Amino acid sequence: MSMEKRVLLGSRAFSWKAFFLQWEWMLVLIFLFVHALNAYLSPYYLNADSLRDATMTFLDKAFIVLPMVLIIILGDIDISVASIVALSSVVMADLYTRGVPMELAVFICLGVGALCGYINGLLITKFKELSAVIVTLGTMILYRGIAYIILEDQAAGKFPEWFSYLGWGYVGPVPFIFLVFVIFAAAFILLLHKTTFGRRVYAMGNNLTASQFSGIKVDRIKIIVFTLAGLMAAVTALFLTSRMGSTRPNIATGYELDVIAMVVLGGISTAGGKGRMIGAILAVFLIGYLRYGLGLVNVPAQMLLIIIGLLLIAAVTIPNLKGRLGKGKRAG
Amino acid sequence: MKKVVTSFLTVLLAASMLAACSQTASQPGGSGDAGGKKRFAIIFKNTGNPYGEKQMEGFKIAIEETGGEAILKAPDQPTAEAQIQMIEELISQKVDAIAVVANDPDALQPALKKAMDAGIKVLSLDSAVNAQSRMVHINQADPERIGRVQIQAAAEMIGGKGEIAVLSATSQATNQNLWIEWMKKELEDPKYKDMKLVKVAYGDDLRDKSVSETEALLKSYPDLKAIIAPTTVGIAAAGKVLTDKGLKDKVKLTGLGLPSEMAEYIESGVSPWMYLWNPVDVGYLSGYAADALVKGTITGKAGEKFTAGKLGEKEIIADGDGTQIMLGDPFKFDPSNIGEWKQVY
Amino acid sequence: MTGKTLEKTSFGARFARFRELGLLLFILMLAIGVQLRNPSFLTIENLSDMVTNTAILSILVVGMMLVIVTRGIDLSIGATLALSGMIAALTVSAYPDVHPLLAILLGVLVGLICGAIIGLLVAKAGILPIIATLGMMNVFRGTTFLASGGKWVSAHQMPASFKAIATGSVLGINTLILIAVFIYILFYYFITYTRTGRQIYAVGSNPESARISGIQNDKILWLVYTIMGGLSGLAGVLWVAKFASAQGDTAVGYELSVIAACVLGGVSIAGGSGKISGIILGSILLGMLNNALPLINVSPFWQMGIQGAIILIAVVINALVKRGVDRNNLMRRRI
Repeated sequence: MSMEKRVLLGSRAFSWKAFFLQWEWMLVLIFLFVHALNAYLSPYYLNADSLRDATMTFLDKAFIVLPMVLIIILGDIDISVASIVALSSVVMADLYTRGVPMELAVFICLGVGALCGYINGLLITKFKELSAVIVTLGTMILYRGIAYIILEDQAAGKFPEWFSYLGWGYVGPVPFIFLVFVIFAAAFILLLHKTTFGRRVYAMGNNLTASQFSGIKVDRIKIIVFTLAGLMAAVTALFLTSRMGSTRPNIATGYELDVIAMVVLGGISTAGGKGRMIGAILAVFLIGYLRYGLGLVNVPAQMLLIIIGLLLIAAVTIPNLKGRLGKGKRAG
Repeated sequence: MKKVVTSFLTVLLAASMLAACSQTASQPGGSGDAGGKKRFAIIFKNTGNPYGEKQMEGFKIAIEETGGEAILKAPDQPTAEAQIQMIEELISQKVDAIAVVANDPDALQPALKKAMDAGIKVLSLDSAVNAQSRMVHINQADPERIGRVQIQAAAEMIGGKGEIAVLSATSQATNQNLWIEWMKKELEDPKYKDMKLVKVAYGDDLRDKSVSETEALLKSYPDLKAIIAPTTVGIAAAGKVLTDKGLKDKVKLTGLGLPSEMAEYIESGVSPWMYLWNPVDVGYLSGYAADALVKGTITGKAGEKFTAGKLGEKEIIADGDGTQIMLGDPFKFDPSNIGEWKQVY
Repeated sequence: MTGKTLEKTSFGARFARFRELGLLLFILMLAIGVQLRNPSFLTIENLSDMVTNTAILSILVVGMMLVIVTRGIDLSIGATLALSGMIAALTVSAYPDVHPLLAILLGVLVGLICGAIIGLLVAKAGILPIIATLGMMNVFRGTTFLASGGKWVSAHQMPASFKAIATGSVLGINTLILIAVFIYILFYYFITYTRTGRQIYAVGSNPESARISGIQNDKILWLVYTIMGGLSGLAGVLWVAKFASAQGDTAVGYELSVIAACVLGGVSIAGGSGKISGIILGSILLGMLNNALPLINVSPFWQMGIQGAIILIAVVINALVKRGVDRNNLMRRRI
């Protein structure tokens, strides 16, 4: 290709090295390694049923990972997501117990989630002095607190038969939850990478002031993103509640840390403005299968903690070290 | 060019995964593990808990006595979600039986049903799951006895009159709520007419919260005569608070506690006596029950009998919608025996 | 510039410029509210309990402030606390003649090592603080469980001298409070009057200009996490002595309370600013919530909801007052 053509096309020459040094490919490599390790450790792993059912154990929280990517690209964070899961689930179950038809209760669950997210967004944009951390910290405690006020120490459940299909059912050989996740994942990938909205999110994450001055409605975009997070938390609530067949105010404890770990492992920088949706999706499956595989050989909980912690650090250190040992700027 | 390479590699990746997935290693099916050892799993509430370790130890001893292999699992956080994950993992390993100490009585139902549908025998111990999720429950002691005996102890300690309070664990713990129900029923008896239960506080099994709640009780009810704490973390926290504030003779303490945690407070008199049971025996009994279920000696119906090793013959009795097996009566710990037991657990 | 010398600012003027004014007023209102509900709140005994219980939290808050000032975060402090507490407890139970001061030093040492590891990861390996501390949190917690061997260290295994660390008092004031006050004075001096202390704020304010002006960012970052680790280690020993018990799952999730106290106290997540006076108020508010809520005699199921509402109202009021104060400051400026 002649120099002029290259310059005109505005693209660098294709480099295999740069391509494979991308974060997402590192994740793929680690993913394959995890599979190989698991298969070596346990004869029960490489089994269609086993691999398929494993997804049902970790995909419930994966729904929140999708909008969390957007939030972290914006440079914010949302630690109230687990509480939104609890509150929307509790409201749904409580209404159902009081006679509201299940279909309606499911819609209300989604509505509650979206509302909680909307309130987060509203508080963050109306009070610019407050960082997302402190607002979502407060709402994290408040939302779960409301769930406790509603259900106190009771459980609510005994849902209709069809509800358990969400968390346990199959469409042919594929688990229903996997199918739904794939659809949402595709939607979010398109949203982030193929729409103006997505580009604006990146712009805001890179430089909020400049984005504001170039006419991007930053407040509106933030509110939309946080509302989406609340909505997806409600989706998680549906699947989690279906998996348990009942609900209490204390469900989904600790989910927020798991979700954040998956997003950050996926290469989305908390400094904002960087990262790709597919990275977080890969991270979900990576951590999910690793936990599952080690669980199949009954690794004790304390060892599992150490392994996951080290994996997180190793996964982030290696490319970092490479970049530092190499010359100058990191790719990606 | 980048797009082409990406799509090509993605397809290659997907194809290789599918290929790996379709390799179904031939597995021995269900619980008919022909020729191999039977595998029995126990799931406790959380890891790093000495009481749980003892239970699992008892379980392991029983399983090994019957010639099986024991799998001990406990999550790092006491959540139902983590236990559901472990149940799935055990189903994939095609174990023969699962014994669970539940973090939530209802949330494990779909997972345990899946296990039972796969031919795995399911039982619960200590902290029960609802009757639909299990074949039988191993109860350490009659909840009625546990509830009543604590009120009787408190009454004896304070001379039958005064205000008392309960410091519990989390508000949704089934066994806690059951025992508190029985405590209230015991208090309805006219011989306790001068005693009043002023509050049930929740320490959530957290040290610092239990301390705050105890201090709040003492401040809000200055005439408080006794605290009943049917939870190991709560009773130890209350013991420390009463010791630090020098309230040894003013406020009495009893409840359910670990001998090692409470040794100091029983020896000093802050808690004249308390109760518990031997967790090793609970695990041991569960191990034999699991073995009996797998062998078919029992199916979990009321009236069935089996032999539980050195514990002798045990009978299954009815329990609400389901059935249970009782270990015995709660065991009393006081200054005469605490020295010996504090080393054990 | 006029020819005038700098005027001495009156106390009232300084007060009106105090950006954490909203928080202070809120705390006072809350205290009055609780007192009306339960007169045993504003008693010496209760306030003493409250401050003692908050002492450990406040020690951690100082360290976290420095971390947040450098634009970082540390999620591993709960695990470091548990690990150092467990190791200290195991040591004194195996060697009861060990002087309690040595036990404290041991705990601090363990904490320093943990913090130093994190510091290396953040400063040298360039890992984002959130992921480095999230990862090490798991590692430290797992190590705590391993070290404990699945057992707890109970009161009867701890020598009286060890437990007295937390129950003892000097001149009538509890040792925990004394230690906390000492730490605060030490760190106030450190960040206000030493070069390194000022450099920490510089790095957080603007890392690029800090580097250009000759500050070694890497060293400062490493230092900040090591200090945090050391303080967590200290807190661990104090915790274990106070509750006379060491468990594997001690202080799970505690980091959230510490971060809450920091942010309530006006420490900016964006880095570069944070005042001692602010975090004292933040710690007090959090301590008050833990102490007062069980006293106001509401159903325990309402406690969490009320706590969340109070935190949100507190930060909103603080933000509104800050707006007013900043505007005030702007108007006062002479150009």
